[in-house]
Amino acid sequence: MTDRVRESGSIRRRLLVQLLSGAGILALILFLVVQDFTKQLAEENQDNILRASVTSVLDAAAVQNGQITIDIPYSAFSMLGNVSDDRVFYKITQNSKFLTGYDSLPEAKLAKPLAQLQVSTANYLGEEVRLVTSTRLLSNAGVPVLISVTIAQTRNGQKQTLAFISRRVSMLGFGFFTIAAILTVYSAQSTVRPLRRLAASVSRRGPQDLRPVAAPVPREMVPLVDALNKFMGRLKKSLSQSEEFIAEAAHRVRTPLATLRTQAELTLHRVERDETREALREMIRAIDESSRAAGQLLDHAMVTFRTDYLEVQKLDLREMVCGLVENMRPVADLKDIFVELESGSAINIMGDPILIQNAVRNLIDNAIKYSPVESMVKLSFTYASDIIGLIIQDEGIGFPKEDRANLTNRFVRGSNVGGRIGSGLGLTIADDVVRAHGGSLSIENNAKGNGACVTLYFPSC
Amino acid sequence: MRYLLVEDNLALAKAILDRLSLNGHVADHATSVETAHDFLRVSDYDLILLDIMLPDGDGRQLLKEYRANSGKTPIIALTARSQVSDRVGVLDLGADDYLTKPFDFSELEARCRAVIRRQGGAAQNIKRFGNTVYDGVSGKLSVNDVSLRLRNRELRLLEVFINAPDQLFSKSKLVDRLFSHEDDVAENAIEVYVARLRKQLESSDLKIITERGMGYRLSVL
Ligand SMILES: Nc1ncnc2c1ncn2[C@@H]1O[C@H](COP(=O)(O)OP(=O)(O)O)[C@@H](O)[C@H]1O
Ligand SMILES: [Mg+2]
Repeated sequence: MTDRVRESGSIRRRLLVQLLSGAGILALILFLVVQDFTKQLAEENQDNILRASVTSVLDAAAVQNGQITIDIPYSAFSMLGNVSDDRVFYKITQNSKFLTGYDSLPEAKLAKPLAQLQVSTANYLGEEVRLVTSTRLLSNAGVPVLISVTIAQTRNGQKQTLAFISRRVSMLGFGFFTIAAILTVYSAQSTVRPLRRLAASVSRRGPQDLRPVAAPVPREMVPLVDALNKFMGRLKKSLSQSEEFIAEAAHRVRTPLATLRTQAELTLHRVERDETREALREMIRAIDESSRAAGQLLDHAMVTFRTDYLEVQKLDLREMVCGLVENMRPVADLKDIFVELESGSAINIMGDPILIQNAVRNLIDNAIKYSPVESMVKLSFTYASDIIGLIIQDEGIGFPKEDRANLTNRFVRGSNVGGRIGSGLGLTIADDVVRAHGGSLSIENNAKGNGACVTLYFPSC
Repeated sequence: MRYLLVEDNLALAKAILDRLSLNGHVADHATSVETAHDFLRVSDYDLILLDIMLPDGDGRQLLKEYRANSGKTPIIALTARSQVSDRVGVLDLGADDYLTKPFDFSELEARCRAVIRRQGGAAQNIKRFGNTVYDGVSGKLSVNDVSLRLRNRELRLLEVFINAPDQLFSKSKLVDRLFSHEDDVAENAIEVYVARLRKQLESSDLKIITERGMGYRLSVL
């Protein structure tokens, strides 16, 4: 019944891990893309200004009176100053001869001697610099003069700005991740919630509650719930079929036996011959034996079946036993056995009334069966803090000591039975019933005097 | 007393009817829910014996309807179904008692008597023999207006005799009436009960006569 279900991880955890790692990767990509983009932007910006500076310096070059003059405009460097506090270097050459600026400053390699502008990165004085070189061909009295201007700028400021931007971007990425994480947890929770609700509502049910699940469920769960409902429907049907089958079986077996027995008994009253009478008596005994066995077998089947689907309710044990005693009194009277039930207040236990009734009936039945005429059967209760015992005592032959341990086994009858009819299932049923209720059955003989003393223990509620 | 037996199994019904008349009762027999309704419409009964499985319906339905129409007659349900199998027992539906088939006739008689007695009131089945009065319903015997306390077996023995005064009963027959077939009793066991009954009837006009080697019979002075 209670095979442990094998787990294959948790949907919630899986969702969390997947969504969170997704969010993490996205946040990282966002960070890298934005950082790369701003870096490019900053570099492009520096390059553009360097270009503009170089161009403006070159534009200032002119031939005056056969002399090359370059009046470096102020704006050429002030533009660079606007970008950052980085240091600026320049170098001007004429036909590759150093004219002014920093002699050692490298030039950007020109692909072709007359290419317009060239940008490159180099190391200068131990610092990384971005440099732009451009040339211009002037004509000095018909002689071509190649002016080359290189302007360089360190990139510290830009790096600082980039670091600042990186921090901002990483904060943005982190914020993005946090929001995604919160949403993830929430959505994992809300995805699992209907599942949880379904599980709770199914497990809250009593064992007999096989109604279909009626509460609305998300579309994805419809096939599951549908299958569950169909399964419960089938279970319900097969349960009631088994119950019906057992009941019907009892009916089928007992009805013809009843006819047979009645006929035999009537015939017994009509015939006189001793041999015939003896044969009829034997017949009646055999009928009783088989009908008793059939009845007990089917009762036992039903009890076994019912203990799996125990239908417990609060019940008053004393009242129930009282009803049973009244019901069995006519049978006890036939042997002039007086059944006495201790009176008192209600005794509440949780139990399945039909099963408990059947168990107690079997015990009273035994007490009457194994007792002599004109004796007493006494029913009383005993209480402890957490258990309640129903004691059934008789003045009969008592249990044989050596048999006591086995009598609750199926079909086991004691060595004391003599000619009494039985099937050896009464104590089995009683034992099964109390066990199913978390109680126990005790089989003793009375401490004083003759007779058996059987106690059914139930947990009190 | 007047019984209504509702039972579709003819062989069983005939046996029960025979036994009832043997005990001096009158009984009508219905084999279906419908005929049972017909009988109940026209006559009053002291007791109804009702089979649960009937060809044209469920005896429990009849039971419910009868009680709903405030029918008061005690009803004993006869059922071959297992007691554990029915969640709603016949007692909950208004039956006074039930009997699982197959049953012992003495148990049927005992239950009938118990039910009628519990019902109390009107039902009486008084037989008078000189100074002795016997009420078959309450099972009370009184001699010269003094009521006597009899044990169940003494009473049943007395009843066997009273239902057939002057008829001779062999010991073996009396054993069959008094003891269940389970008990392995010697025939002389009956002598004990006859002796006890004789003692109870000491000053009564009823006497139990011993017919040597044949048995006993009841004679009214
Ligand atoms: N009250 C009792 N007094 C003496 N012996 C008993 C009593 N109840 C049960 N037993 C013994 O226990 C055995 C098992 O009982 P049970 O399962 O009811 O089977 P059954 O009564 O059909 O034989 C009986 O055969 C009998 O030997
Ligand atoms: Mg038993």
